[in-house]
Amino acid sequence: MTPRVRASLEWVAVHAFAVAATLFFVLPFVFVALTALMTDQQSLSRDLWPNPFQWHNLVDVWQTPGFGTWWRNTLVYAAAGTVLTVVSSVPVAYALAHFRFRGRRLAMMMVIATMMLPPQVVIIPMYLVWAKQLHLSGTLWPLIIPLAFGDAYSIFLLRQFLVTVPREYLDAAKVDGAGELQVLLRVVLPMIKPAIAAVALFQFFYCWNDYFGPQIYTSENPGAWTLSYGLGTFKSAHHTNWNLTMAATLLVMAPVIALFFMAQRAFIEGVTLTGVKG
Amino acid sequence: MPLTGSRDRTSSFLDQRVLDVSARRRETLRNLAFLSPWLLGTGLFFLYPLASTAYFSFTHYNGFGTATWDGLDNWRFVFADYPFFWPALRNTLWLVVVMVTLRVVAGLAIGMLVIRIKRGAGLLRTLFYAPFLAPPVAGTLAFVFLLNPGTGPVNTILGRLGLGEPGWFNDPAWSKPALTLLALWGVGDLMVIFMAALLDVPKEQYEAAELDGAGSVSRFRFVTLPHLRPILGFAVITGVIATMQYYTQPLIAGQVASGQIGGSGQQVEPGYPAKSTLTLPQLVYNLGFQRFDIGAACVIALVLFALSMAFAAALMRRDSVFLGGDG
Repeated sequence: MTPRVRASLEWVAVHAFAVAATLFFVLPFVFVALTALMTDQQSLSRDLWPNPFQWHNLVDVWQTPGFGTWWRNTLVYAAAGTVLTVVSSVPVAYALAHFRFRGRRLAMMMVIATMMLPPQVVIIPMYLVWAKQLHLSGTLWPLIIPLAFGDAYSIFLLRQFLVTVPREYLDAAKVDGAGELQVLLRVVLPMIKPAIAAVALFQFFYCWNDYFGPQIYTSENPGAWTLSYGLGTFKSAHHTNWNLTMAATLLVMAPVIALFFMAQRAFIEGVTLTGVKG
Repeated sequence: MPLTGSRDRTSSFLDQRVLDVSARRRETLRNLAFLSPWLLGTGLFFLYPLASTAYFSFTHYNGFGTATWDGLDNWRFVFADYPFFWPALRNTLWLVVVMVTLRVVAGLAIGMLVIRIKRGAGLLRTLFYAPFLAPPVAGTLAFVFLLNPGTGPVNTILGRLGLGEPGWFNDPAWSKPALTLLALWGVGDLMVIFMAALLDVPKEQYEAAELDGAGSVSRFRFVTLPHLRPILGFAVITGVIATMQYYTQPLIAGQVASGQIGGSGQQVEPGYPAKSTLTLPQLVYNLGFQRFDIGAACVIALVLFALSMAFAAALMRRDSVFLGGDG
């Protein structure tokens, strides 16, 4: 085999693989969207293409009792959770990256341990406190309040970024008489904007996608359900067919996918940061 | 945890004495102030509930009234009599061996593919990454529909091609492979991490290997793989830890495929079909929130804790960069 033949065979192999991978990643979205536009009878058949296109399925789902409330609750949880996480995690990450104190290594290990902790490990005592002592089950508070106390994953990510900020910048600001908090707000924050954007996005997605938290704390009160939890009950609770269920699925997926397309740079930098940069 | 200012190793003994007591106290207060949200959070949302979980695991408690001490009864019940514990552990083992391995292999393969594409690589990266962000409930519903045995598009196509039509989420032998397909659909996170690592491999090493007559297989084996080893380790261990927490997808898949709704207090047999999608976190929910057997639920929670921390320790041990960073 000449090098030329070899190269073109390789080109074909690589591109065939690319086409197959594209189909694998994209087709599920396509079939979901197509089914979302089918009639009831069609979604019970083996048809793959809607005939006719029933666009009002999307409107019907939107007008399902509760759907608007789920949206509002999800937005409240995600927005409040994101702001609280960033505000409470930045100072902690800064201290872990730039202050020297005994127990710093232990503190880092605790952060990582918390990050790896399945939420189910501590859920029973947490639920008992929120429900029996604070009487806040059936609301969004048990989901939001803990995020005001720093989120381990965000702290870890921010800290990995903060250790790359050269110490000289911080020292120079301190020579000019700035206090530690001023250094953080005026010098450091502008330098770590990409990391803050990544952390904010991750947290927003985490809250938006969270199922377990809302299941535990809000299931008793449909007025506090979020999209993820509501969607989980959708098919059986409304006795709907696949067409409406897929329309609901599409409406829940759409905002996060749209947000990703708008902010993908910050996103992919953030993912890379978790795994590659030490 | 002591939070006093530590001695700067580079400064001399005399410098240390100059630092007067009040300056040190100020530094300690500053450290505490910056760390306070996390210190409080760790106490309130990690250490206290962990201790409480440990305590409840030795009691009989249904969530109402008071907990009564019953020694090792819950532990004996979970390990000897609870019919869901060992199947859940076996499923977890299956998922660790098959799902984690396939995800790492696929993430690497897709990453290598995208960096070899000259035109449109950015678009492919975006398309391949997007499913990772689909809400787990939505992604799972989509796959239960795609793979439903009667009218799902996948079996429709397999049928038209004259191939077999598996029962997927309705067949105990196919439910975990179906979950694995769902997990592979969301392999974008690993793809991105592997792409970054692959781009870090020095080009000269490939050229040198080529001059030595190395084919693409041996170039992969002797140049690419050694560079990727740390990232591969990271991907495997974080994958195992994520598998310990695997909850939403198998739960929703089981519920939707079986047609059950599982609410608080309802007696629904988890792990449809035939316990094949059970995982440990689902048992915590089932025992604690549906059967109100808090003691046994806490035993499972502690097993989950021990397993997760063992893998977290493995991660910290092998990746010291994880902890250090600035030395």
